[in-house]
Amino acid sequence: MAPPARVDDVRRLLADGAQLVEVLPEAEYAELHLKGARNIPLKRLGAETAADLDPGRPVVVYCHDAL
Amino acid sequence: MSPRAACRLETLGFERVFDYVEGKADWIARGLPTEGERAGERRAGHLARRDVATCRLSERVDDVRPHVEASPYGFALVVADGGVLLGRLGRVALEGDPDRCAEEVMEPGPSTVRMDTALDALAERLDRRDLKTAVVSTPDGALVGVVRRKELPPGEQGRRSTASRGNAL
Repeated sequence: MAPPARVDDVRRLLADGAQLVEVLPEAEYAELHLKGARNIPLKRLGAETAADLDPGRPVVVYCHDAL
Repeated sequence: MSPRAACRLETLGFERVFDYVEGKADWIARGLPTEGERAGERRAGHLARRDVATCRLSERVDDVRPHVEASPYGFALVVADGGVLLGRLGRVALEGDPDRCAEEVMEPGPSTVRMDTALDALAERLDRRDLKTAVVSTPDGALVGVVRRKELPPGEQGRRSTASRGNAL
């Protein structure tokens, strides 16, 4: 299970080269997303859509909130 | 949603996956950088003024009062170490026993809005409650500042006036 990250962890991971992925639908991503995030909606997440991610670097995923 | 995405990435062979559980809402509320069609919109955090009087739990009312009088507001906010908002000292408290400490007379847990609150939603909230100010805090409860209703952009005020006239007719 992926460890949870709080905002300070996220900022540190990003500074160290982590990849940031928003898994919300495209429309929500287009409206507003974290700077530098790419969009892979959960419903389309698979080997093909994840192929652009570098497996050698950390990946931080997020959606809207904890609910 | 993000725990499932994180799990799926792990099943795809990614070994260092982290789940930012608090997500976009938390990031925006902290005023951190965003991109997208609505990224440039001004929000409560942009209008929050830092000129409100603050005090600690142990401060005497008599010591707080001059700071309130020197501020544009009629109240002081009580904060803990680290800036976490604990309470509010309103007119009644400030005009009461000068020797009592803030902790004894404050209104605990004042309502706050997040930095990412849209200005039209903020104006609506203030109107609905007939308030002149809104206190802005971080997701961790730290005081950011105060937004005054009269300082909301004209667009919001104009919409409110129009709506009021419409309701009156």
